[in-house]
Amino acid sequence: MNYNVDTRGFFGSFGGAYIPEMLVPNITALQACYREVIEEPAFQAEFHQLLRDYVGRPTPLYPARRLSKKLGYPLFLKREDLNHTGAHKINNAVGQILLAQRLGKRRIIAETGAGQHGVATATVCALMGIECVVYMGEIDMHRQAPNVQRMQMLGATVRAVNSGSRVLKDAANEAMRDWIANPEDTHYIIGSAVGPHPYPDMVMRFQSVISEEIRWQLPAQTPYTLPHSIIACVGGGSNAIGAFARFLDTPEVALIGVEAAGKGLDSGETAATIARGREGVLHGSRTLVMQTADGQITEAHSISAGLDYPGVGPQHAHLARTGRARYVSVTDEQALAAAHELARLEGIIPALETAHALAYLAEHDAGPDDPVVLCLSGRGDKDMAAYSEHHRKEMSF
Amino acid sequence: MRSNALCNRIGDLFEKAEGKVLSMFTTAGYPQFDDTLRVCKALQDAGVEMIELGFPFSDPLADGPIIQRSNERALQNGMSLSVLFEQLQGLRPAIRVPVLLMGYLNPVLQYGPERFCASCAEVGIDGLILPDLPIDEYRERYQSMFADYGLRSVFLITPQTPPERIRLLDGLATGFLYVVSVASVTGNKLAVDDSRKQYFQRIHEMKLSSPTMVGFGIHDRRSFEDSTALLRGGILGSALLQVLEKSNDIASDVRAFVHAIRSDS
Repeated sequence: MNYNVDTRGFFGSFGGAYIPEMLVPNITALQACYREVIEEPAFQAEFHQLLRDYVGRPTPLYPARRLSKKLGYPLFLKREDLNHTGAHKINNAVGQILLAQRLGKRRIIAETGAGQHGVATATVCALMGIECVVYMGEIDMHRQAPNVQRMQMLGATVRAVNSGSRVLKDAANEAMRDWIANPEDTHYIIGSAVGPHPYPDMVMRFQSVISEEIRWQLPAQTPYTLPHSIIACVGGGSNAIGAFARFLDTPEVALIGVEAAGKGLDSGETAATIARGREGVLHGSRTLVMQTADGQITEAHSISAGLDYPGVGPQHAHLARTGRARYVSVTDEQALAAAHELARLEGIIPALETAHALAYLAEHDAGPDDPVVLCLSGRGDKDMAAYSEHHRKEMSF
Repeated sequence: MRSNALCNRIGDLFEKAEGKVLSMFTTAGYPQFDDTLRVCKALQDAGVEMIELGFPFSDPLADGPIIQRSNERALQNGMSLSVLFEQLQGLRPAIRVPVLLMGYLNPVLQYGPERFCASCAEVGIDGLILPDLPIDEYRERYQSMFADYGLRSVFLITPQTPPERIRLLDGLATGFLYVVSVASVTGNKLAVDDSRKQYFQRIHEMKLSSPTMVGFGIHDRRSFEDSTALLRGGILGSALLQVLEKSNDIASDVRAFVHAIRSDS
């Protein structure tokens, strides 16, 4: 079974480039060159040097002893939260800024939900001295205010998006509109493994450094050669695809994506696209999409701004359909509780997105000799308001 | 179906129209739910020669704020493809001018592409503009289906589209080529400057086999005349929607608007 992109930009029946003609020149140019550029030795050298000296890679693979004891299986946390800027998003941002430079682009645009991708993009733009405009839904700007301030301090312009549901989906629409209006000098750094081909494949390539490291760290640092299973949260799915990538063709490793169920899969307020979506087209890609019978995209709901998206990367849709990866979901409440538990047991405050993956651990089926790797995709500083509120509520009962 | 395919209102229009062809875009179910045919009738009576009827989508990523708002409003009004095809049962023969449906692909995929084409043919739609339908997929799955149901295809070209791709799209289009005037979403007022003129000149000199209709940003007589000077005609959308948004008398407001664009209408 082939789990990777084919020559036409599809993963099975998902993917492709469903874009208006205005975007075709830029997308065609990217399709034509991205692999060649990324695979150049000079590119790879610069990419890996920046990942090491600027981002702080490799990130640790940390044996979570107290949590492992509680769960009854050995758990290893892939510490993407320890990256510069506090999440895995910087891996892709570094890769794409190098690509943008080679394409001669002088201006960068990005969408952001939780603000982690916006911060990562603002950061690499500051690093390279390139103009940066980040689109962010008005609701997300409010619930992730610290990240808005970080982007602004880094010199980026943050544009509030008031259209539609005023969250991540709408920020992506506005970024696309900006790109339509600025077709020559601008590169769009998409933050997740979504969008028209080649973005899902390109983002996977830049994020696959996560699984590349897991692949050598586990045998080098533990008695185990391969993980029993890898668990990651899935919104668009960039940290998950990065954590899965090098294990796709190793069938003995179980791959599990955890979606945000929001208030519950059947509450009408959910972001679990693989569980509740149907095949459709969103943001230039054929994938699973939450939508009405009439094909209108519905608003997702998740307490986590980074998972609050009614689509999912086409490669995940393909992995779900082929059964190579399994997708589960947890609610807002479960995620909040799991974040508190990790803080108390391991001294790590995770991002709300990551907390969804953590919340699944209790029901995960693994034995005492089954090493489980969880991608700890980001740190939780940006989520302190939500955590404090939850903590107050718990205390008042 | 076959007779319709051979004798199509779009083909007739470009064959017979003497001056510049004036086409307008409106959103179905806008401003009120049951205004769809009322607006079509008003456009035809005012002398508009072709109508593009947009079916709404929640995420119109190539559109500016005006068309976004009309989409939101139409959806709130309860518009959907099934509802639209019910409304369009009354399209013919009252409306004699060519009518195209225009919109994003996802609602068509959910309705079912073949069923969509059949419904279009049944109500007398002449052509389709689906801007996010990739041309590979058009060739593989849609081209023959469009032909079977007598539907003409329209493709967009932009100032950034390379000449060889313009030729390719020209070869595929059976209706006309939609010449996007400027790198922009819809609804930004167009000034026909030197670079626009060079672009239109370049398209004109390519001597394409499809009629060329320019759109995006045309909002008044000047921008219509300037941008259509070398092309077959022009399309207005956002400017019309702004009139409709405030209108208390659609027939007379549309007439005034159209006559301001082209007084010989």
